[in-house]
Amino acid sequence: MTKIKTQYNRRSFLKISAAAGGGMLIGFSWLTCCVSGGKTEEALAIPNEWFEINGYIKIGDTGLVTIYSPNPEIGQNVKTSMPMIVAEELDVDWNNVIVEQAPLNTGFYHNQVAGGSQSIRKGWHALRMAGATARRMLLEATAKAWGVEVIALTVSGGIIKEINGDRTMGYGDIAVQAVAMEVPEEVELKDIKDFKLISTSVKNVDGKNIVTGKPLFGLDFKREGMKLAMIQHPPAFGMKVKDFNEAEIKAMPGIQDAFIVDISVPEPGYFDEKGYQQLVAIVGDSTWQLMKAKKALKTNWEAVSELENSEDHMKRMEGTLASGEMHESRKDGDPEAAFKKASKVIERTYSSPFLPHNTMEPMNFFANVTETSAELIGPTQTPQALEGSVSKLLGLPIEDVTVNMTRMGGGFGRRLYVNFGVEAAAISKQTGAPIKLIYTREDDMTQGTYRPAYLTTYKAGLDENNNLIAFSVKGTGLPESPVFEHRFPAGTVDNYLAEKASTHTNITTGAWRAPRSHFTAGAEQSFLDEVAELAGKDPIEFRLELFDRAISNPVGKRNDYDAKRYAGVLKLVKEKSNWGQSMPGIHRGVAAYFCHNSYVAEVIDIAMEDGKPKIKKVWCAVDCGIVINRDAAKNMVQGGVVDGIGHAMYSQLTFKEGTPQENNFNTYRLIRHSQAPEDIEVFFVENDIDPTGLGEPGLPPAVGALANALYQATGERYYHQPFMSLKTVMG
Amino acid sequence: MPEYKLRINGTSHNVNVDDDTPLLWVLRDELKLLGTKFGCGIGQCGACTVHFEGAAVRSCLIAVSTIGTSEITTIEGLSEEGDHPVQKAWLEHDVPQCGYCQSGQIMNATALLTENPKPTDKDIDNAMSGNICRCGTYVRIKQAIKTASNQ
Repeated sequence: MTKIKTQYNRRSFLKISAAAGGGMLIGFSWLTCCVSGGKTEEALAIPNEWFEINGYIKIGDTGLVTIYSPNPEIGQNVKTSMPMIVAEELDVDWNNVIVEQAPLNTGFYHNQVAGGSQSIRKGWHALRMAGATARRMLLEATAKAWGVEVIALTVSGGIIKEINGDRTMGYGDIAVQAVAMEVPEEVELKDIKDFKLISTSVKNVDGKNIVTGKPLFGLDFKREGMKLAMIQHPPAFGMKVKDFNEAEIKAMPGIQDAFIVDISVPEPGYFDEKGYQQLVAIVGDSTWQLMKAKKALKTNWEAVSELENSEDHMKRMEGTLASGEMHESRKDGDPEAAFKKASKVIERTYSSPFLPHNTMEPMNFFANVTETSAELIGPTQTPQALEGSVSKLLGLPIEDVTVNMTRMGGGFGRRLYVNFGVEAAAISKQTGAPIKLIYTREDDMTQGTYRPAYLTTYKAGLDENNNLIAFSVKGTGLPESPVFEHRFPAGTVDNYLAEKASTHTNITTGAWRAPRSHFTAGAEQSFLDEVAELAGKDPIEFRLELFDRAISNPVGKRNDYDAKRYAGVLKLVKEKSNWGQSMPGIHRGVAAYFCHNSYVAEVIDIAMEDGKPKIKKVWCAVDCGIVINRDAAKNMVQGGVVDGIGHAMYSQLTFKEGTPQENNFNTYRLIRHSQAPEDIEVFFVENDIDPTGLGEPGLPPAVGALANALYQATGERYYHQPFMSLKTVMG
Repeated sequence: MPEYKLRINGTSHNVNVDDDTPLLWVLRDELKLLGTKFGCGIGQCGACTVHFEGAAVRSCLIAVSTIGTSEITTIEGLSEEGDHPVQKAWLEHDVPQCGYCQSGQIMNATALLTENPKPTDKDIDNAMSGNICRCGTYVRIKQAIKTASNQ
């Protein structure tokens, strides 16, 4: 066992206990809402009394245990996997566990964020410690009651037993005494080999509620006396609202209020709105009446900056790459001389367009702002940032702002940004009532915080023996460069150059699932495929040779990957997919990528059916350390694969005079059932390394493997996303 | 506002709404049946799928004035205990990620299986392609439909 110092004190528990009492309520019983895994018939009776052991755990007098899941749930399934870690160390039967979403409590929980695939990685120690601490306190209370030493006791499934005796004690029976115990200064964690729950497959704790249509999401939240609200933002980036037909709108049926609302906050932070600061807001009784009022809006807009076009975007990025303004971010050896000396040189340029997040649940938030307080409830990936922004907007002390999280109908990075929550607060304040703000799909898609557009040129030089002796990458984007200068293949080649620069735009952009990696993996991995082909080498063997170099004799001082683990996933996918075996009618592509602390390699099999590529199977090999919830982890990787393939194949947002040209799913294409892979199989590298996340890492390599399989199937290389233009698909 | 008497999940409901109000917003705003989801408002995503006399329809496109005495079933009315074979298959395959689109997927799949109890992969693709899953659970949805079709 590992002994670790606890970081708890009694005060921090009391703080969370108080906050948890006023938690999230959606008008139906939390017990029917949150009983885990559809195992209600096996669970213990509903307790009469609950005992707060610590901020993560509450034990009922019947032995039923409530575990609070600290982080926002956007579909990455942390609401199941984070409590699993607590339950493992607590040593309790999962059938007797209820999961509840914890409220925002910055004084107690760490990192209440859904972003960067970090929930499990950053939560791992705190969650284990919470379970182990509670287990220790329950054991100590029992030892005291029986007049024995803790060492004389053993525990399994929430039942404490005397090793050399017959006495047993249920957690529910000793909980009342356990809460009075001193919090131990040091606790023992389980040996990884003794895990019973971790690495098994546990069903989604909200599964039953989802398939029966229970109101779990922000859009489902209702409060007595609440009004609904909608906004209208400018039609184009670069425009600002002047005025609108206020009297006419206010006179419409079911409309109470209409006004221009200002959401600018002093000293805006990373998650605050950078685009539209003033919006038309309409408040009313029903969604449909608000939608009709929105259609009746006659608004005067004024241009305040350039109205941009997609054609100019590409030219602007090309201009940046050709300019002398590139910033050299890494240089090993003498790339210039090496390229001159090389017997073969290849250079290719890759691009990807702006993309909206398009969570299925459009942006929405509930806000109840009074003179002295603000209460916010809804879907946010960054509750702490929202709390801060609302506090600044309203000039209220931070302790008078509360934020509670609902389940989210998708995040993908969009809900890291807090504008919709801030808008809800500003509207509630101005209209003087609790309101729920609802975006239409058009609002959601055209007022985005989009994935930036990118353009990158790769260049490689081979010597006469087809060894890679020079490599360069030069990238820009609107507005950020996608280049990761310390990632593979840096460290594997003697002469290496990375250059980057930003390109100006007034289109608002931000993090989109696997930021930059989603583009870079596709570009770099399909470029390496072409380099391997030029070298006359198998694409997997070519990469493994590079990793051998990075393992035995790495180039440079800093390389942001573990070459052994990287090679490990490639070897695993090679084995599982029977790479190298000829399969008639099947065209294969491979890619591997490391981002967000996890390693993933993928092989995609394509067959041509009716002249169109059909993805028959995707093979995935994943190294994320210890796998917490096996089947759910596979689901995450499968989703990432579909997301990566879908956006690379079909999706783009274009602009004409600042106006997004696609604004709903009739013009904007998302991957659908018939275009999805027929099968996706996921394999894990088994090891005892501390776990890392999976929300993002499955996506990026899919783009490269797809481009490489498409090349095998069609004989054409795909450099520019989306690979299937509307013309290709429609014929 | 006119009054409409609707048959939903086997029960009669009276609502006073504008005649062009889509069924989706009658369900969500008036009747508090929140399992039917809003995704696009133009019949392109399938999140709002319900049964209209047993057939899958997009409730965002159906004006309340056109419903008459037709029987509407929503996800809340699909089964009493959440134990419809399609719902059970969804749980068996642990399909949902975010879960938002799944009630629409389930309603569409149920209508498919009623009409075609043993659908091929192609039948499933054709019937389900109007339902977007942004999380990309398509492979599991297909597996769940096949599991349900064998029951």
